[in-house]
Amino acid sequence: MNHDRITEKLAILADAAKYDVSCSSSGSNRKNKEKGLGTTGNGICHAYTEDGRCVSLLKILLTNVCIYDCAYCVSRKSNDIKRAGFTVQEVVDLTINFYRRNYIEGLFISSGIFTNADYTMERLVLIAKKLRTEHKFSGYIHIKSIPGASEEIIKEAGLYADRLSINVEMPTEKSLALLAPDKKREDMIQPMKVLKQAIIENKEEKKLFKKTPVFAPAGQSTQMVIGATAETDLEILYLANGFYKKMNMRRVYYSGYVPISNDNRLPAIGTPVPIVRENRLYQADWLLRFYGFNVDEIVDKNNPLLDMEIDPKLGWALRNMQCFPIDINTAEYQLILRVPGIGVQSAQKIVAARRFRRLGYGHLKKIGISVNRARYFIQADNDYEVKDWQPAQIKQFILSEGVSKYKADFSPQITLF
Amino acid sequence: MTTVIYDGSWQGFLTAVFEVYEYRLADTVICGEKFAPANLFGASHKVFTDEAKAVRVWDRLRQKLTPGAYRQLYDSFLSEDKGVEDVLMRYIRYSLASKVAMENDFSHPDILQVKQVSRKVHREKHRMEAFVRFQLTKDQLYYAIVQPDHNVLPLIARHFKARYADQRWLIYDATRKYGIYYDLEKVEEVQLNFTADLQNEFTVSEIYDEHESLYQHLWQQYFKSVNIAARKNTKLHIQHMPKRYWKYLVEKK
Repeated sequence: MNHDRITEKLAILADAAKYDVSCSSSGSNRKNKEKGLGTTGNGICHAYTEDGRCVSLLKILLTNVCIYDCAYCVSRKSNDIKRAGFTVQEVVDLTINFYRRNYIEGLFISSGIFTNADYTMERLVLIAKKLRTEHKFSGYIHIKSIPGASEEIIKEAGLYADRLSINVEMPTEKSLALLAPDKKREDMIQPMKVLKQAIIENKEEKKLFKKTPVFAPAGQSTQMVIGATAETDLEILYLANGFYKKMNMRRVYYSGYVPISNDNRLPAIGTPVPIVRENRLYQADWLLRFYGFNVDEIVDKNNPLLDMEIDPKLGWALRNMQCFPIDINTAEYQLILRVPGIGVQSAQKIVAARRFRRLGYGHLKKIGISVNRARYFIQADNDYEVKDWQPAQIKQFILSEGVSKYKADFSPQITLF
Repeated sequence: MTTVIYDGSWQGFLTAVFEVYEYRLADTVICGEKFAPANLFGASHKVFTDEAKAVRVWDRLRQKLTPGAYRQLYDSFLSEDKGVEDVLMRYIRYSLASKVAMENDFSHPDILQVKQVSRKVHREKHRMEAFVRFQLTKDQLYYAIVQPDHNVLPLIARHFKARYADQRWLIYDATRKYGIYYDLEKVEEVQLNFTADLQNEFTVSEIYDEHESLYQHLWQQYFKSVNIAARKNTKLHIQHMPKRYWKYLVEKK
């Protein structure tokens, strides 16, 4: 093996893959078979880059040669960058050797599109197949489906991969047409439907025949770039909600646009990455998936944008003061979960602990809830003096307790059009 | 006050619990012999580890506690926190005296502490599953050195055995001077004096597999390339990868 050449290729193809934010290696239940190599489980983050993102999988492109010209992508064909490509065997060797040293949980393979979608996708599937069959590899494999690949080959990918994903790329069709004129939304939505159906069918079959091979046990996910175009959070979250409800997506990822191009359709190089907005979207996403919120409670026509200063749960609480205060000692779990400053773990502890004695603020603080935040919305024993604060006052009190280092980025809702 | 001194092992601790009941010792401080104060004011009671007694306490606790709570006790014990034995003793007294399952009584300070300490140990276990970096030697042994905050090797053995079923590996705890070794059949605890000499010896490239340095180099390159400079966030980076672990991380060397 030529050491310098492989190092250079890895540098180029890891660099090109890093804007795909999906990092999860959980949700699968593949077990080590016949003393082979690897397991999957809750997912492990083996390292964290200097930007604080986790490194769980070997995330690389097979090649960054691409026939498409999507404005937001570093690998677009009109971009003057170094191109490189791995052979199938090189990717397999890298994966196995990194895995054996406990560097990674598995492989996330994606690719620029060369020749045509099917040809590219076949290569990706071949890598997964080799890992599973020749190396008895049971670690995590995430394959990025190539838009436009045929149904058969996508279904074959599901036999070897733990997770498949198809990026929707842009929150609206209009933005997609503007920035990625070669891509069609239908080419993304259609394979999602195929996958959804195949996963459901596989589960049904598995109930009847235990020996049925698993099909994409960690389901499918998608990603969209945010902050490159002028969509509101309302449009983004409704789309995400649709993916969760209608496509059975496991995850929707939001990728704050990192300016990489002088294209005048896009924010200029040097524009800050919308990190705060991305964070607020993820918080909203968690509210949808784990806190029992409906999407119209988080954003609606009157509030199409998430508040950058405060998290969406606090935002909802301040708009709905009539629901509070909630009595910690008697309220249902679902209501306690809605109190700002109380998370899933704390809510579970509260419900468990109050069966033994009535809880006061001292207990709550020790259990780990953020009393400074929650106190405006709850009642407990040995009460603080309850005052009728106005929502705006509460917001001020809470904001005055901390300073965000991203304060400068608090208004990243770009106005392009 | 009676100081109860045991050998520092889990079995020893369970024996100590047995004897606290057996001798009706009230107002006890339980401590490992390594940490026993030299000049003892007041009475002391020396415990000799007795498997039969340990098993009796074990069985009784298993009747009283859910598997989850039992695990919490063991995990907390492995924290090696100063005074954790006394917290566990009070926890055990409470549970044996209680008619109902009490492990969720989180407004009780000892219950909450056991919960929190066991979480802390669990996090350390998880970190070790993440931060072990194997290096391949010429004789095809994957070995790694770690220095975990808590004594978590007993907790990670299962994970590594299941995952790396087809390779021999050794994980060595440089703080506690012992390791776990998998020989393709079973995992065993091994006592090694893996002192500075041996470590120096291991830095000599002669003992490595011929591809070891290539893959370390590739991993370092990969780690550098996936970083997005425009999103630099050192605080978050260090929060997730505290500096005390960097010593043994290939990518942070």
